[in-house]
Amino acid sequence: MAAESTIDPMHQFQIDSLAGELAGNPFAFTNSALWMLIVLGSIYLFMLGGMKRELVPGRWQVMVEGLTGFVTSMIDSSIGPEGRKYLPWVFTIFIFILFANLMGLMPFGVIPGVHPFTVTSQFTITGVMAIISFSIVLIVGFWRHGFHFFSLFVPHGTPKLLLPLIFLIELLSFLVRPFSLALRLFVAMIAGHILMKVFASFIVSGLNAEGATGPAVALLSFLFIAGVSALELLVAAIQAYVFALLTSLYINDAVNLH
Amino acid sequence: MPQINQLSDVLYSQLFWLLLTLAIIYFGIAKAMVPKIQSTVDARSARITDDLAAAEAARRGADATEEAYRARMAESRTEALKVTGAAKQESARATEARVAEADSVTREKVEAAEARLRAATVAALADIENVAAEAAQEMVAKLAGVNVGRDEAAGAVKAAMADD
Repeated sequence: MAAESTIDPMHQFQIDSLAGELAGNPFAFTNSALWMLIVLGSIYLFMLGGMKRELVPGRWQVMVEGLTGFVTSMIDSSIGPEGRKYLPWVFTIFIFILFANLMGLMPFGVIPGVHPFTVTSQFTITGVMAIISFSIVLIVGFWRHGFHFFSLFVPHGTPKLLLPLIFLIELLSFLVRPFSLALRLFVAMIAGHILMKVFASFIVSGLNAEGATGPAVALLSFLFIAGVSALELLVAAIQAYVFALLTSLYINDAVNLH
Repeated sequence: MPQINQLSDVLYSQLFWLLLTLAIIYFGIAKAMVPKIQSTVDARSARITDDLAAAEAARRGADATEEAYRARMAESRTEALKVTGAAKQESARATEARVAEADSVTREKVEAAEARLRAATVAALADIENVAAEAAQEMVAKLAGVNVGRDEAAGAVKAAMADD
């Protein structure tokens, strides 16, 4: 146990107060809040590059337009012409999750005293976003269709005998949506980050170990981390896409009822 | 897991800062900046569509102009052919007429010349008869000592010549 590293893979998810009493204080400025603001600032700076509005765009403008065009076409294809109303919310969660995921992966830790914090690895965060998305679905669904919205839970051509059972199953799967939405992102983030921290601790303990196997394990772990980091960059983008896509698909259910 | 251990402590802080951040992104970026960016994209694609349509129209115009030019060319060519044909025919007819005219003039001259020739021949023949009659008269007078009348001699010459 002496050579065991002191790296705690869960410590990266610890929320510390930077200003104000932490316990129960809604205005406590924490490292999580700081990184949310960093994400916000980087999103703003990124979007600012797309505001030149030139006829022939530069590289940055193309990136920003590509991102907005990506979300817009996703909305258009999954909801249809009425979907533009929901573009701001879908865009908000997409870009927030994307930048939060990527910011958590950036190697800011090489600067002494800086500890990157992945906002989306907190289920309070993903849960709130999922609840907002689900609320939009419910409000839009009942607002537009009233009690007819319940026909969403009765697929076409269901035999009369099976109707109650199918209704229950569909209702259950509908009610599970916010949880699956929130947990998918949360789990993907926390798993990747724990994996990287665990293998990072393998590097440290491998280098501290005596004999030839220790450095070999350290090298292998280092190569593995390099691969996992690349994979995590992909996962960061995919999870943002999945969250936004599922939100728009759920909104489509509410708007168009299948 | 800190997320669970700290839940009661940090929940309100997390909620507050998240909602603040999301609200700023929603109203400040997604509602304010994205439509402008999107309108830029839309304007650009509209511009491109318009330019393409204009180019297409220009191409079609050029095609129509070329078509008209070709039609005009073909028309003028047939016109020119017609005109040259007519001119050729006209000149051929004129030539024919002049040739015919010249022909008739020549024929007249030839006929006149022939008439003169015939007259001359007739005159010459008559002269020959006269000369022959006189010669016959003289020969008869010298040989036979007979004075033959001029008319008799001429009749004998005529008969002898007719015998030939």
